[in-house]
Amino acid sequence: MSLKAFHLVFIFVSILFCAGMAAWSFKTGASDGLGWGCGLVSVLMCVYAVRFISKAKSIIT
Amino acid sequence: MALLRLASSRIFKSPMSNPILKYLPFFTDAEVPHTVAARPDTGLYSAKLGIWLFLASEVMLFGGLFSAYIFLRIGAEPGYWPSGLLNVPVGTMNTAILIVSSITVVMAWAALKMRQLGKYKFYMAITILCGLIFLTVKLSYEWPAKFNHFGVFIKKDAASKYEEFLGNKHLEEAGQSPRWEITGHLLDAPKGSSYEHQAQHNAEHFAHETGRHDAVTPAEDDYVIQLDAVNANPTDKTNDRPHFWPVPMSNKIAVISAKDVESASVFAPRHSTYFATYFLITGLHGLHVLGGILVFLYLWLPVKGGVNLYKTNPEHLANRVEIAGLFWHFVDLVWIFVFPIFYLL
Repeated sequence: MSLKAFHLVFIFVSILFCAGMAAWSFKTGASDGLGWGCGLVSVLMCVYAVRFISKAKSIIT
Repeated sequence: MALLRLASSRIFKSPMSNPILKYLPFFTDAEVPHTVAARPDTGLYSAKLGIWLFLASEVMLFGGLFSAYIFLRIGAEPGYWPSGLLNVPVGTMNTAILIVSSITVVMAWAALKMRQLGKYKFYMAITILCGLIFLTVKLSYEWPAKFNHFGVFIKKDAASKYEEFLGNKHLEEAGQSPRWEITGHLLDAPKGSSYEHQAQHNAEHFAHETGRHDAVTPAEDDYVIQLDAVNANPTDKTNDRPHFWPVPMSNKIAVISAKDVESASVFAPRHSTYFATYFLITGLHGLHVLGGILVFLYLWLPVKGGVNLYKTNPEHLANRVEIAGLFWHFVDLVWIFVFPIFYLL
């Protein structure tokens, strides 16, 4: 597995982590701001993953 | 190396009978094969196969530790597995820093693939900086804060005497596990305790902050503790749930007789199984971060195997960065599992 593929695995796990942390925040009532922040970060990371796939296709073989 | 080569060639007449030259090729000027092109049998260049074998062994190492953590936690007696004692915002910041560093190391690799040395140096510098910030926060803030925090586990048969700090009736009504520990800053320790000096320092700070000089207890075998918010007001329902932002310490004081104490310690490995596993796993992870930083520094500095390699064989340098990047991603992935199990759950 190349760094490109492992990076995608890492980003996928990071998205799951951010979504999980958002869920933790809302469920426990620890901090609503944190929940929304983590939700936003997980969406941004999805966008990053899509952009990375399309860009890396032409750059890294 | 030259000296070792010379010495061994004096002992062994033929190069083929010289074990130094035969088995340790890096002591010779011999070309190491498959550093750039893939081996025909594996389809990978040698270092990539090597790093994945190494990472497989790392999975077993951390997997074993995580398994130990899970079984210790499941087997812990109710009330003896602490929660809410770590600084969640700082841990969250460190997690974000590691995620950013994983992105920048990929960018550094991509820059090398596109033969953009300036961009490579820039992204690699950010990666190194992120790693250094992570370690600095861990070693200069998070760990020292733990070593200045104190916890006293109360004997079960004496718990009713300290109900105003434990709030076990409230916890029973709320359907939660009982609480056996009183935590905070130690202001006075029993005579002969190894914490006397620390307690004196804290008491001076407490007196300076609050103007109160009543921290010293008349009895010689008492612990005096400036309480954490959860022990200062244990029936407060807001303390029944976890907090993201740390709740400030109260100015309330608890006096605990040493004869009622089951165990007392700062938040060090000896405190509990929780802190023993916390320091072991985060310490081992920190060592991996340090290792990654050292490798990145080598690849970033103008040395023979680092940036200078770009002039002669840029693809070889790109492969080295890829290998280091794979290791770094693994280390960051481990942290993404470490953070929630210790800080959130």
